[in-house]
Amino acid sequence: MSSIGTGYDLSASQFSPDGRVFQVEYAQKAVENSGTAVALRGKDGVVFAVEKLVTSKLYEPGTNKRIFTIDKHVGMAVAGLIADARQLAETARSEAATYRSQYGNQIPLKYLNDRVSMYIHAYTLYSAVRPFGSSLILGTYDKNDGSEMYMIDPSGISYGYFGCAIGKAKQAAKTEIEKLKLADMTCSELIKEAARIIYLVHDELKDKYFELELSWVGKHTNGIHEKVPPHVQEEVEKSAKAALEEESDSDEDI
Amino acid sequence: MASNSFANIMELSGTDWLNAELSTGTTIMAAEYDGGVVIGSDSRTTTGAYIANRVTDKLTRVTDYIYCCRSGSAADTQAITDIVSYHLDFQKVEMNEEPLVETAAKIFQELIYNYRSSFTASIIVAGWDRRKGGQVYCVPLGGMCVREKVSIGGSGSSYIFGFVDSNYEENMDKEKCIKFVAKAISLAIDRDGSSGGVVRIGVIDGKSTQIERRIIQEEQFKLL
Repeated sequence: MSSIGTGYDLSASQFSPDGRVFQVEYAQKAVENSGTAVALRGKDGVVFAVEKLVTSKLYEPGTNKRIFTIDKHVGMAVAGLIADARQLAETARSEAATYRSQYGNQIPLKYLNDRVSMYIHAYTLYSAVRPFGSSLILGTYDKNDGSEMYMIDPSGISYGYFGCAIGKAKQAAKTEIEKLKLADMTCSELIKEAARIIYLVHDELKDKYFELELSWVGKHTNGIHEKVPPHVQEEVEKSAKAALEEESDSDEDI
Repeated sequence: MASNSFANIMELSGTDWLNAELSTGTTIMAAEYDGGVVIGSDSRTTTGAYIANRVTDKLTRVTDYIYCCRSGSAADTQAITDIVSYHLDFQKVEMNEEPLVETAAKIFQELIYNYRSSFTASIIVAGWDRRKGGQVYCVPLGGMCVREKVSIGGSGSSYIFGFVDSNYEENMDKEKCIKFVAKAISLAIDRDGSSGGVVRIGVIDGKSTQIERRIIQEEQFKLL
């Protein structure tokens, strides 16, 4: 991108001569500066894992969480500017709550995704606003519809996914995700993989400390999105670290 | 007062139906069975003592798979049904799938509750969706909403509570359920002065966009 945008990157409401909207591309860059978030969709649910970078040892543990519950049945993991993401979480929550009060049942994820996408997209159209500097992954499980997952980026575009990664190490994470047979896997298998991938892609040299945030929504949680229980978190982190050890050992053998 | 004495004259001269509200003093009913729901009603619409329509259709389409049985003011219930139908058509386009019966019932409830002091509307919502199959929801005067396996309404329903309570069974087959509903309504028609005409039956099972309809005339009541 470098300096080609000169003059055409001052507003989200102006195209460049070759048809790009630079403000939106810069927003996407903002997402790539944040810690990685991955979400995996298996046959019986969706799991979320976030590498939350901790920039100072002085912070309280567990602050600035990057996994949100939007409604009982919907989880959301974010990457990018956390303050922007919080505003989007609030929008998504009110959308879900309105649906519930008007129609008497839980919002279908497809519809929630449409609404939040439209909201994000509206912020790429006007000169008085800037686009959101965050990407979201939304996931749910329903006993009738099975598991569903969508990712929305700052342009307001969204796709349905089986596995997706956003943030710093999204490329490395995607390479790992592609090796998995997602459609056959259960949440208890997926959560291990998700944790392993976060540990694997974490760059110890650049970002020293991080907290691993894990959550899931699936058959085993009765379609309710929740943080994984402490004993699972502990076990999964242990096995992720062990898998890393193994990998680095085998590297040395060669 | 002038207007009062005018009303008195109208009443004494037996022409009060000229400005009385058109209302469906009614018998309506819906029952879940093994693969769907059976809905039924009488066909009488009255304006005071005058029968404004003896072949009324009180089984009204909301969507292809959701119908409602209307009782109370004909004008109010028609208007409400039109509004709910509009909402669900819109939702169907937006979601790209058939609306849920629960959703329909909720919208009926919202309208009837919000305008509870102006409406005279008591509605049974019945239909089929792929989540919960055949369902019946009862939305009476004040705007309550509750799911029931079988529900009856209208002035004629008072006469058949005993019959319905002692004869309804879960998971009946279609024909048995149709017979049960038809019998109940015919009994109400026999006793209730504001219910009459024919028995109208509808079957919603999610297999067709057109509901299966039947009409049972008075001379066939004894055969039920």
